[in-house]
Amino acid sequence: MLSKKQLFTRGMVDISPHMLSVIPFGIICGAIGVELGFDPYLVYAMSFIIFGGASQIVFLQLLSGGASSLVAVTSVGIINSRHLLYGAVLSEYLEKLSFIKKLLISYVIVDQGFAESNKFFKKNKSEEYLHYHLIGTGCTMWVCWQIATLSGIILGSFVPEELGLKFAIPLTFIAIVVQDLKKIDHVIVMITCGLSSLLFFDAPFKSYIIISPVIALFVASLLLRLKK
Amino acid sequence: MTLVSIIFAGVLTYFTRMTMVALISRDMLGDKIKSVLEYVPSAVFPAIIFPGIFINDYGTFIEMNDPKIFGALVAVIVGYFSKNIIATILAGLVSYWFLIFVIFS
Repeated sequence: MLSKKQLFTRGMVDISPHMLSVIPFGIICGAIGVELGFDPYLVYAMSFIIFGGASQIVFLQLLSGGASSLVAVTSVGIINSRHLLYGAVLSEYLEKLSFIKKLLISYVIVDQGFAESNKFFKKNKSEEYLHYHLIGTGCTMWVCWQIATLSGIILGSFVPEELGLKFAIPLTFIAIVVQDLKKIDHVIVMITCGLSSLLFFDAPFKSYIIISPVIALFVASLLLRLKK
Repeated sequence: MTLVSIIFAGVLTYFTRMTMVALISRDMLGDKIKSVLEYVPSAVFPAIIFPGIFINDYGTFIEMNDPKIFGALVAVIVGYFSKNIIATILAGLVSYWFLIFVIFS
């Protein structure tokens, strides 16, 4: 049985490789906000209040392109609606927690943290303080994101644009799903999601990010029926 | 951009994170739904991966000989065999840089 501290540390260690892509992305995100002419304090407030990388950039771009606040806020909500799926998966492991603890831990649920903690949870179901792993991944992500976006806001885009570091984002998610390429059912689900995301890329409010998972999960349920 | 709009966006985002964790209990999800939820990572992350590779900053499709496709392929191969996140990201980036700075420059 691992202690709370060991689990927290394990979470920190498990998510730290992703900082290779998260930190440059955070710097870019902060720098874009200032370049688009927004108040630096407000650009930083987004990292604290919204705390969601891709959605923050979309929010800035929409508002600077003249979209209404309503459109921008709706887009953020739709882009981040994928967290509903993460929550549904994680709820199984967090159900013993008190309501207050559930409310607090929810703030730090992010893509990479969900991915790494979910992998750990599946292998260590019997651990008592499992949620400390999620706190570890989430807090590491939070601290790095705040520092990265702040440095982007203060120092500007000191990451050379020619390096194309935005490309590190898809790479980080390739690293997360690549081992599931061994399973044919997962490969089918991934290709369904990927192709749908390209097909629906121009759908309003960036809704491809939730339309394609829904289609892919529908295909997954069909596959499960075939398996039986 | 006002603080109010950021707060609205933040509250909405927080609700997406909190709703299923805090308001849904395990018994409300049947076995069937739980087995479908096993596929969530495979069903969500390609929606971040594919546009990140195949669609450029201007929202249009890239050419089939774009260096990003090659970089992504290298990342998949290295990731599959190394099972290492840092190796996967670096392999993808380095092969991408090799193409844009050495071959295509």
